[in-house]
Amino acid sequence: MADVAFRLAAPSRRLTSGAVAGALVLASAYLLPPLVGSTYLFEAILLPFLALSLAGLGLNLLTGYAGQLSLGSAAFMAVGAYAAFNFDLRVPGLPFVGSLILGGLSAAAVGLAFGLPSLRLRGFYLAVSTLAAQFFVQWALNKFDWFSNGSASGVVRAPDIVLAGHVIDGPVERYLFALTVVVAATLFAVRLANSQTGRNFIAVRDNETAARIVGVPVLRTKLVAFAVSSFIIGVAGALWSFAYLRTIEPAGFNLDRSFQILFIVIIGGLASIRGAFFGAALIVVLPLALSRLGQAAFGGAFDSGVLELSQRVLLGALIIAFLIAEPKGLVALADRARARALRPFLKPPYGG
Amino acid sequence: MSTSTIAAPRAATEGARAADASAPALEVAGVSLAFGGVTALTGVDLKVAEGEIFSVIGPNGAGKSSLINVVSGLYRPNAGCVLIGRKSFAAVPAAALASLGVARTFQNLALFNGLDVAGNVAMGLAHQDRTGLFGQIVGSPGARAEEARSLVTEILAFIELTAIADRAPGTLPYGVRKRVELARALVSRPKLLLLDEPMAGMNAAEKADMVRFVRAARDRWGATVVLIEHDIGVVMEISDRIAVLDHGRKIADGAPAEVRDDKGVIDAYLGVAHDDDEIPLELAGAA
Repeated sequence: MADVAFRLAAPSRRLTSGAVAGALVLASAYLLPPLVGSTYLFEAILLPFLALSLAGLGLNLLTGYAGQLSLGSAAFMAVGAYAAFNFDLRVPGLPFVGSLILGGLSAAAVGLAFGLPSLRLRGFYLAVSTLAAQFFVQWALNKFDWFSNGSASGVVRAPDIVLAGHVIDGPVERYLFALTVVVAATLFAVRLANSQTGRNFIAVRDNETAARIVGVPVLRTKLVAFAVSSFIIGVAGALWSFAYLRTIEPAGFNLDRSFQILFIVIIGGLASIRGAFFGAALIVVLPLALSRLGQAAFGGAFDSGVLELSQRVLLGALIIAFLIAEPKGLVALADRARARALRPFLKPPYGG
Repeated sequence: MSTSTIAAPRAATEGARAADASAPALEVAGVSLAFGGVTALTGVDLKVAEGEIFSVIGPNGAGKSSLINVVSGLYRPNAGCVLIGRKSFAAVPAAALASLGVARTFQNLALFNGLDVAGNVAMGLAHQDRTGLFGQIVGSPGARAEEARSLVTEILAFIELTAIADRAPGTLPYGVRKRVELARALVSRPKLLLLDEPMAGMNAAEKADMVRFVRAARDRWGATVVLIEHDIGVVMEISDRIAVLDHGRKIADGAPAEVRDDKGVIDAYLGVAHDDDEIPLELAGAA
């Protein structure tokens, strides 16, 4: 889907089958959970899944496509959440969607500023410099209580999401709202990945010198990657706070969160739109499944401390396993499985 | 060796080109380059006429790649200047190279492995894209995209890559990847094409194909070609003129026959021990 670079002669089959699959996924995402889902499904699984998927999607544009490693994702989420809160609070008459977009734009501005070192630094050194964003933003949010409207702890209750006079209330409505935002952002990301800018991202990642020689504006491309990525991550932060947690707190956007989003991208699959969703699904479901399994196997001995520990061990092992065995992540596994399943029905792709 | 360090005019006007059709496509004047204490080029002068296939040869470490890197703006020379068309540069701006009508290939492959073959070739047109980000997201591909597509299609057909247009470069044999890089350089119809060892590591059949493509770059698309190549047989066959570098200095410059019989050139080749598998002068007439 997003891996398509420059379809030349036969865009038809892959594109249409992708569109059909996308439409099916969309339809079931909108229709199935409201019909069959429990509150638990929405609150514990679907809402965090959507917010984390969106954050992973944003980071994947930066790290997967443009090759710029960032450890500041949670900081950009925090900027998006707190900026949306403040726009909602301080600009009377601004619709919530406006606050959401302005929150994203604020995150983009901060992302742009912290992306400036990418013009000189690469890889590990750049990653360390993006850590500065992580610590600076958390410090600023704790230091200046203006951001949290005077709350000493920095924790504030998220205001209601209001759309055209209608208060988005209850898990199902919040889910549908978050889903719509994620769908819009995903369409944007797909378009971007297949545009000239998206190909410039890949060119800068794969060979910066060659990219420069063919006339890719390398510096501008990197900054665009930081801005667009931070915008999406900022919106994800707002969803996380407004639609999922219903509170906004700096502690939720700590370094652990940044790593979690990086793991989502690595496990799901770098430079793939679907990868973020696969990775987020695993990250969200893993602790729940582990808890159930542990309870079933060990009963009371499997308390929350053991759960936390075993979860970290398992996640660490998974990341190492993926980096060694399948650096392209769950997406590559899924594609292989599908190819194997479909093989009897399809002609060979490169006509004999 | 005349080390004429010309204080050249900064940027001659574009309009002047039409007036003087015989201006060289590329001129390198007194270029010296050193990395710390190591000298790579010393006072190198070259003039490449428009429509020429001009080869630069020399033993390993003679400074051939350094020269190409200076011309394409990856290295900034310590002295001298580079004239592309009628524009003179103390340091060629690499980011504007494609807009100047210059394309190049690299000695070690420099393909974009995340893009398929057609995508790599299309990147050769990246400098022409002026659509803003918003337009790219919201707009539909316009006339320019159609034109780009047809250019890519044409060059893929010509370099015989159509059948593998949607393959990832990483899955292709080395010789084919070299051809993809040539296609990426050719797709923008450059006035000046710099090829850094395009035939290295190829077998005889692949080399023959490459010779055909390089000739066509000149004959069909009017590119002036500057070629670095170790296979002397190919160089003798294909070149209009040849310059020989040794230890960063130009030791000969002329038609293939002149260069072949030049005493200094023979000494440079035979006097330098090679530990690689290339025995250049033996291969005259091959390919």
